[in-house]
Parts: sequence; C-alpha cells; structure tokens
Amino acid sequence: MKNLTRWLATFATALPLVFATASAHAVEAGAAAPNFSLPTAKGEPVALDKLRGKVVYVDFWASWCGPCRRSFPWMNEMQQKYGAKGFTVVAINVDKKRIDAEKFLTLIPANFPVVYDEAGSVPAAFGVLGMPSSYLIDARGNVSYVERGFVDDARGPLEERVKALLAAVKN
Amino acid sequence: MRGLIVAMIALAMAGCASFDPPKPWERGELAKPSMQFDYDRLDAKSQQHIYTSKEAATGGYGVGGGGCGCN
Repeated sequence: MKNLTRWLATFATALPLVFATASAHAVEAGAAAPNFSLPTAKGEPVALDKLRGKVVYVDFWASWCGPCRRSFPWMNEMQQKYGAKGFTVVAINVDKKRIDAEKFLTLIPANFPVVYDEAGSVPAAFGVLGMPSSYLIDARGNVSYVERGFVDDARGPLEERVKALLAAVKN
Repeated sequence: MRGLIVAMIALAMAGCASFDPPKPWERGELAKPSMQFDYDRLDAKSQQHIYTSKEAATGGYGVGGGGCGCN
C-alpha cells in the first residue's frame, strides 16, 4: 500500500513534465489573435493590442525560407497602398541569428515594421504549421484569415480580403 | 529504494518529452543546402526522369509519367 502511494506520487509529479511540452493548437480564422510585444531592430516594442482599430497582417518569416523572399515585395506594395488607410504589416522574424535576418533585409528591404523573436515564443503561441505563415487580423484583434505558405497567385485574393476588412472598419 | 527507481524511471520518461521534432520556425539549419539529400535539384529531377523511363517504373518524384521510354 505504501509502495502504491509512492508510485502514484511519483507519477503525479512526473506526468505534468511529460505533457508540458505538448504543443499548443494552431490558431485558425475566427479565433482571437494571441497578443505579443516584440522589439524592432531599434529595440522599440510593437504590441498587437496597441494596433486595435487597424487591420494587421502578421507574417512569420525567416531568412532561410524561400517563399518569404517572394512575399516581401508584395507586403511592401500592400503597406504602401493601404498603410495610410488603417492597415499595417508586422513581420515577425524567427531566425536564430539576427545577422541572417539583417542580410536578408539589406537584399530585400521592408517598408513595414519587422520585429524579432529568436526564442520562437510567438510562433508557438500562434501554432504556426509552416513557413511562411500569415495571419490577417481584423480591427478587433480577431484572426480573419490564415495564409500558409506564399504563392504569387495568393496575392490578389489576399488583397481583396484586406480591402474587405478595411471597408468593415469604416462602417 | 524502489521509490527511487520509480522516480528515476519517471524522470527518464519526462526527459523523452523534450525530444520533439523541430518546429516549422526552427528549421533554419535543415534548410541549408548542405542538409539536402540532392546535390543539385535540377540534376536530381532529370536523373529521376531518366531512371523512371529506363526502369519502366511509373513516376518518380517531382516528374510525372514514365514507363514507355518515350518521354
């Protein structure tokens, strides 16, 4: 009996450890976007909850990710077109080494806020399933659409979604 | 004594939980060219193409068709 109690006690303490690393489920359209606050290269924090009232396109990218290279010119274009109309791109870099991201950005500059998350806690909170992953977030902070991967054909439909969300803000 | 063994087994099991495969955002090292199976992607594609047609197999990977030797 004493042994049984011991068994149970040890397992009771060990079990949470076993399940502690079980991954969080992926954030899908309709869910509230997990909040984050991450620094830019200059160290200024960008917080998602401070961007309420704006349509936000959160993009997870890395220097080693091929399609990310294609998405940057498009995100620049979107920022330029809709930046003044209540839209912003926030690109979250997940490179382990900051220098890799900096090299990427000298080749393909960005005209939108780029923040850094070397620890990868924010992609974990979003449950990112592939790179790149983008989350279109409405003015209330809810995820409106999730784009996994980036292909050139997705640009048109994505822009329509951005337009629709911006129109919804005005009304 | 037994409790200690049990505790050690439990701890060892808990250790296994930390061996997760890398997450999608942690695959920077795996994306390096030196980590690829093929030396050259285009070359591998053409090798596969020839292989599947010469071996009369249906399809390889990356390229469709094969078998008749005509493609």
